[in-house]
Amino acid sequence: MRWLKSLNSGEQVAFLFVVLFGALLLVSIVSVLWSLRDRPDDEQESWQARWARFRHELNMVWVGACLFWAAWVSGPVGATLLFAVFSFLAFREFITLLHTRRADHRGLIMAFFVILPLQYVLVGTRHFDLFSVLIPVYGFLAIPVASALADDPQRFLERNSKIQWGIMVCVYGLSHAPALLLLEFPKYEGRGAFLLFFLVAVVACGQIAQAVATSRFRAKPVARRISRSFTMKAWWIGAFAAALAGALLYWITPFKAGQAAIAAFVAAGCGSFGVFVMQALKRDAGINAWGNRSAITGAVGLLDRIAVMCFAAPVFFHSVRWYFRAGT
Amino acid sequence: MVLAEITGLFLSWLARLITGAQGHWKGCPPTSEQRIYFANHQSHFDWVLIWASLPGELRARTRPIAARDYWTSSPLKTWLTSAVFNAVYVSRTRATPDEDPLEPLVDTLQGGDSLVIFPEGTRSHKGAPQAFKAGLYHLSEQFPDVQLIPTWIDNVQRVMPKGEVVPVPILCTVTFGAPIRIEPGEDKRAFLERARAAVMALRPGGWKE
Repeated sequence: MRWLKSLNSGEQVAFLFVVLFGALLLVSIVSVLWSLRDRPDDEQESWQARWARFRHELNMVWVGACLFWAAWVSGPVGATLLFAVFSFLAFREFITLLHTRRADHRGLIMAFFVILPLQYVLVGTRHFDLFSVLIPVYGFLAIPVASALADDPQRFLERNSKIQWGIMVCVYGLSHAPALLLLEFPKYEGRGAFLLFFLVAVVACGQIAQAVATSRFRAKPVARRISRSFTMKAWWIGAFAAALAGALLYWITPFKAGQAAIAAFVAAGCGSFGVFVMQALKRDAGINAWGNRSAITGAVGLLDRIAVMCFAAPVFFHSVRWYFRAGT
Repeated sequence: MVLAEITGLFLSWLARLITGAQGHWKGCPPTSEQRIYFANHQSHFDWVLIWASLPGELRARTRPIAARDYWTSSPLKTWLTSAVFNAVYVSRTRATPDEDPLEPLVDTLQGGDSLVIFPEGTRSHKGAPQAFKAGLYHLSEQFPDVQLIPTWIDNVQRVMPKGEVVPVPILCTVTFGAPIRIEPGEDKRAFLERARAAVMALRPGGWKE
């Protein structure tokens, strides 16, 4: 621990990645060795299915880790660009499933090609004050004005609120992830990667714990028609698991152990509620998953994967920034 | 030539960035057999979308059809259609009464290339495609061995409505169906109606009126 503290921030971040990729490599090697084990024939089929799913998930974690690394190595510009591309793809997926009309064309162009890039430029240049109001204040007015100028009153509120919602989730929410990388704490300069890593790690822990809890314990779903699997019990278990993980990881953050646990609890809890809300949205649109193969879009399901971050990141970012008065 | 290739790659990349340009080969695999793809037509973007969703090897030998008067009216349009897309030019008006407007298409098919045609003849905006023009029937009569692939392009009217210049990023799919052919004794109208139904049946979720 003392040795860790003696390193400068760059070396600490490098160490973080060595640990991260080392752990992933270990998991991959062990899982491959384990897959070579001899199994009775009657178990083969279910095993194959589970193995395929596990490998898929593991590949996704690898992709995520590599992107995380790429985001760090490429510095503020690269990180911002990377998340901007993610925002673009997610927003594209979101808009595809809405019933926009011709009159929304200009508004959508503004959302995609003006507001989205501007938001990320503000992140990249660390204009955090303007960054946190650009979409809720200026975009909130600009998009409906562009739509209204097209002179089509039919379902105006519905169309516009859908676009607003999409841009809030896919652009505003997700842009807080690179903002974390760039947030400057007093005495914590150059270690934003730890904060983003902390957020991703605790949220992932929470999601995994919640998924396990859902499959192990039977409980009454709170909103059966929206999600048959979402239960408050599993939500609490997920959030507490995240809090525990946060407390264990406190030393990579500027927080004390208690603060880290609370921050992790809030982030994971909000993320999980966010996924639940997205579920309601998907039910409304009449699909099971954003990347559903049989759906019209043939989308890759990116939104399914990042929805949790879209909701967890802004809450985490703003609560941390408010509490520590950082980056002002 | 190099610039044309780069432009082609750039355009297909752009189409993928904006629309995803996913090809769903539901009725036939993407092979290099000689084919006529016939599709619904909603926007100028349609051709680029089909082209981008084809595997790279097939693109060079799959050619679109361009109206000569419109697409040769400026040097840029001419270059785009001839050098980048290798389009087949057809005249919309006959210079002499005996001129066969299908002749360039017949030459192309005799040369072994595949074609993409939009048998409605013009862009439609009503959702359901308009009645098909007879060209498809005549071509398939003359070339019974060329596969006729019905193709449905979905969502593209939302990407770039008529009159707009900047496309909005929305995911689109191109669905390729099973090949059809003229049945023995089938007349022109029945065949064209069947071809239109084959295209509409490919719409994701089936055709809803």
